[in-house]
Amino acid sequence: MKLKTLTALAATTALVAPMAMAADMADEMTIVSWGGAYSASQKNAYHDPYSANTGVKIINDESSAEAVAKLRAMNEAGNVTWDVVDVVAADAMRLCDEGLAMEIDPDTQLAAAPDGTSAADDFGDLLVSECFIPQIVYSTTFGYRTDMVGDTPPESVCAIFDLDAYPGKRSLQKRPIDNVEWALYCDGVAKEDIYDTLSTPEGVDQALAKLDTIKDNVVWWTAGAETPQLLADGEVVMGSTYNGRLFSAIAEQNQPIGMLWDMQSFDLDGWIIPAGLSEERKARALDYIMFATDTQRLADQAKYISYGPARKSSAPLVGKHAELGIDMAPHMPTDPANAGNVHIYDYEWWADNRDDLDAKFQAWLAK
Amino acid sequence: MSDTTQTGPVLAADGTPLKRSLARALRMQKIRALMLIAPLLLFVLLTFILPIADMLFRSVENSIVPDNLPRTVVALQDWDANSGEIPDEAVFTALAADLKIAAEAKIHTRIGSRLNYEKPGISSLFRKAGRRVKKWDIEADGPFTEQFIKIGKGWGDPEVWRTIKTYSGTYTNGYFLNAADMQKGPDGAEWRPENEQIYFTLFKRTMFMSLVITVSCIVLAYPVAWILANLPARTANLLMILVLLPFWTSLLVRTSAWKVMLQQQGVINEVLVWLGLVADDSRLQLINNQTGTIIAMTHILLPFMILPMYSVMQTINPTYLRAAKSLGATNWTAFWWVYIPQSVPGIGAGSILVFILSIGYYITPELVGGTKGVFISNRIAFHISTSLNWGLAAALGTILLAVVLLLYWAYDKIVGIDNVKLG
Repeated sequence: MKLKTLTALAATTALVAPMAMAADMADEMTIVSWGGAYSASQKNAYHDPYSANTGVKIINDESSAEAVAKLRAMNEAGNVTWDVVDVVAADAMRLCDEGLAMEIDPDTQLAAAPDGTSAADDFGDLLVSECFIPQIVYSTTFGYRTDMVGDTPPESVCAIFDLDAYPGKRSLQKRPIDNVEWALYCDGVAKEDIYDTLSTPEGVDQALAKLDTIKDNVVWWTAGAETPQLLADGEVVMGSTYNGRLFSAIAEQNQPIGMLWDMQSFDLDGWIIPAGLSEERKARALDYIMFATDTQRLADQAKYISYGPARKSSAPLVGKHAELGIDMAPHMPTDPANAGNVHIYDYEWWADNRDDLDAKFQAWLAK
Repeated sequence: MSDTTQTGPVLAADGTPLKRSLARALRMQKIRALMLIAPLLLFVLLTFILPIADMLFRSVENSIVPDNLPRTVVALQDWDANSGEIPDEAVFTALAADLKIAAEAKIHTRIGSRLNYEKPGISSLFRKAGRRVKKWDIEADGPFTEQFIKIGKGWGDPEVWRTIKTYSGTYTNGYFLNAADMQKGPDGAEWRPENEQIYFTLFKRTMFMSLVITVSCIVLAYPVAWILANLPARTANLLMILVLLPFWTSLLVRTSAWKVMLQQQGVINEVLVWLGLVADDSRLQLINNQTGTIIAMTHILLPFMILPMYSVMQTINPTYLRAAKSLGATNWTAFWWVYIPQSVPGIGAGSILVFILSIGYYITPELVGGTKGVFISNRIAFHISTSLNWGLAAALGTILLAVVLLLYWAYDKIVGIDNVKLG
């Protein structure tokens, strides 16, 4: 074991050293991300130190939401202008399937952990696609108005289906993913049977029937900022969104919102490098990725936003919020206190069934 | 016609027949005019017509399957899709050979994605098979049937093979069928199951709501345009700014403002509750439904109705109304029989503008439409940017374009397109 990691480390450094020294790397790069607080955290943790080290000019593009479609269009036009793109894992899989993203070898192209653990082991199961370099673990989970739930704040995700105890509107994302899983879970399906059940037409009907019970009380959102706004306005009593959005509403804007971590849906966000870059740009992109996804950098990002670093070795390094000075660990979706009961999203299953289920979901919505 | 003149054709000064000389002069003029607009024509052709044509062409294009699975497609020709059995070993060998090449070019997953639109599950069958097939020796490692089924049970499902066979042509009508809530079944086109039908509903809704928005724009814009046209120029110009100011404001800002106004804890509901007109626990649902879309879009599109109406009304001579009245018409008669007919070209132009703009509207319905107030364009956007099913998006877009052209033609027949004036 020891020997193996040592050789891996030696191999890594041997390969990295000449690459970092090579002069034929592009001195400008375009990095695509989500914008807002998330891009700011990346700028602080990755872009600024990388530019300071190398003198490379980094151009930010905030197009991650349409990254897949745009990359496909760029690829067809034969002019890919992006060097590194931040996407969610499901999109990374799709880009990989479409041949639009480059395959990455974690052992040679990613940095090993400080203790010598190889990148492949350090990221572990989170390397869900050959093209994907995980960066953070985030979750889609629920926030509720603390002043609108009385003395019994919700403790289970099934509170969203309980109109008697928690009357009022709820906001849910306008897509089947997560919602159908929560519906089945709250309809009594065991967690491990959820995807087997969803694979049958009856299972899909069962999930939609459960959602039907609250359909008239749901506000459907498409942008992550909507739920915090709806909660702040008192339009909804509870709603799902990304945990980082709720953190900033609670900790940075002091809204009367509580977190409901039960059955939070884990998801990954990370980098891909577009296929078909010129050698110089590819070398630059790989060099950036090697730097930006090492143990320390991933831990640094958590100072600015409450998303969990994707490396196991980064977790102990997570410190305090850069401005508020509060401990970040308890706000991470991966914190043991929060991760008691989580929902693990099945990428492969959704890649196969997304289109089919989406058609049914949209038809149900339009009814 | 039967008049055969004694003299020959009329000659121009240089002796050529006048007719030919005139034609040449006209032709020169036409060419010169064409040269003048050539830059614009080329620009529109290159940046607008061609890309749209290319995009619409995707609605029938299916070459990815026959181009990358050539042997399989040929081998499948002899297989009877309705036999209920999987194809024989020859087909599996052909697939292995095709997939090996495709996997080396990393294109196998794209074929999988394409076929997955038609049958869920195929995507991962191709992804998994591609990984293995790369290591196979096609000559030596057969037979392949069992090996494929071991990789993914789906390869033993005749339905999967039927899908591949059905979508093996260079062109397909599958996207259009899908856009019309239909699918290719064993016996040709058939309706999709009821819980997947959505597009017909959306087309109907888009038409209906665009019509409602157009009508409410006419109702609101007509008096405004009338006042503007009949006030002294100074006051009219001042009021005109009030019409144009929202027109110059960002669309997103206006839509978000409507959110603040219309939501249940929003301005309108708060005022109604304060006045006691609405009980606190039964606030009006004004947003995230059709009402929200209609209110917000009527407001946003109103200037497109006011401006053409105003410019037409300005040209209506007020003496006509006075003449009608002096001949004994009441105010109403004069207005209805003299003023309205003259303002119809403005109504027509405004209606066409508003209707066609609203049919293709996307961002406002997305933000305030909830589930019942979204348009077909929202689905097109979804298929372009999220599901990546560009073929289906193109088919929906083609249908929308055809419907608009059809309506335009009908409008021309009923009202007459000559009867439209922008000023």
